Amino acid sequence: MTDTMIFIQILTIFVLAVFVGFEVITKVPPILHTPLMSGSNAISGITVIGALISLGQEAELLAMSLGMAALFFATVNVVGGFVVTHRMLKKFKKKD
Amino acid sequence: MDLQSIANLGYLIAAVFFILGLKRMSHPKTAVQGNLFGALGMFIAVVITLVTQGILNIEYILIGIAAGTLVGTLLALKIKMTAMPQLVGLFNGFGGIASVLVAGAALYLELAAHGAAVAADYQFTVSIAASGIIGAVTFFGSIVAFGKLQGLVTEKPVRYPGEQVVKVLLAGGAIAVGVLIVLDPTVVLYYWIMAAIAGLLGLMLVLPIGGADMPIVIALLNSYSGIAAAATGFVLNNSILIVAGSLVGASGIILTRIMCKAMNRSLANVLFGGVGAVVETKGG
Repeated sequence: MTDTMIFIQILTIFVLAVFVGFEVITKVPPILHTPLMSGSNAISGITVIGALISLGQEAELLAMSLGMAALFFATVNVVGGFVVTHRMLKKFKKKD
Repeated sequence: MDLQSIANLGYLIAAVFFILGLKRMSHPKTAVQGNLFGALGMFIAVVITLVTQGILNIEYILIGIAAGTLVGTLLALKIKMTAMPQLVGLFNGFGGIASVLVAGAALYLELAAHGAAVAADYQFTVSIAASGIIGAVTFFGSIVAFGKLQGLVTEKPVRYPGEQVVKVLLAGGAIAVGVLIVLDPTVVLYYWIMAAIAGLLGLMLVLPIGGADMPIVIALLNSYSGIAAAATGFVLNNSILIVAGSLVGASGIILTRIMCKAMNRSLANVLFGGVGAVVETKGG
């Protein structure tokens, strides 16, 4: 595949995912606003995949250090994000 | 089947879990399951990446994941219930800085592999600039939001004459240096200067906003960190970064609007000032 073909392909994925994102949440009760924000924030930690790919290559110290730092921060975002969301949701359950 | 096809198939499964997860997280009965779906999608994406992408340096990767998991879990479990919003803000900032660092690393790696020929790849250079700018705004904006809620930065709106002009100049400056990177990606220093200016913009965007509006700001910055991750996906030609990033980017904007409505706020007012005036009108 040429570069242009790859670009059009991932652009298609991007545009369709944006539309899904606009539609996927509609009515959210106020009590779920913060947990939903927190849970989707954990999903935005998907950059962890980018960090794995950049750290996983043969590279000089500088690029590796950047990849390592990125991996640490993204993992905190992902793991901490899902755990704290779980805690929030559990708390609401007890209240009911 | 070749490894890249297996990877893309795995990423597709992860994407389905992310979409179902978001959907379920917005209903009280299914919210816990939705969050677990999100975590499962992330787990699948990580494992698929490790087995299909010819990953080296596995010892460093394990150290990075272990350290991040430890710190993230401790913070998430030890934090007081009342301090959760600022923790989400902090986590969100970490996602933003990770995008800045991944795009920076990608630039070094491509320059080492292809030298000046990188300049011909506009998809790569433009998305690197986008990733750096949006990621840095997210990080520094989130740090201020965290500081305001944690009481480290004044909760009061910090307003000054010429505020909007300063923001426009910083945004213009970051974009101008971003254009320099696209024109000559061999000067990596441009990238860090651009990220620094964008970081300053992030600070200046959030400082003038009052502490009570921080949840809305964090929701918006969450959307930004999604967009930054999607831009990083264009840097690396990676479908799951693009799908998950743009899902969060788009749904984050919808959530921000829903939260604004619930709090009787106009998004434009939260972002560009006049918040106090709006409250008075609503009260009267």
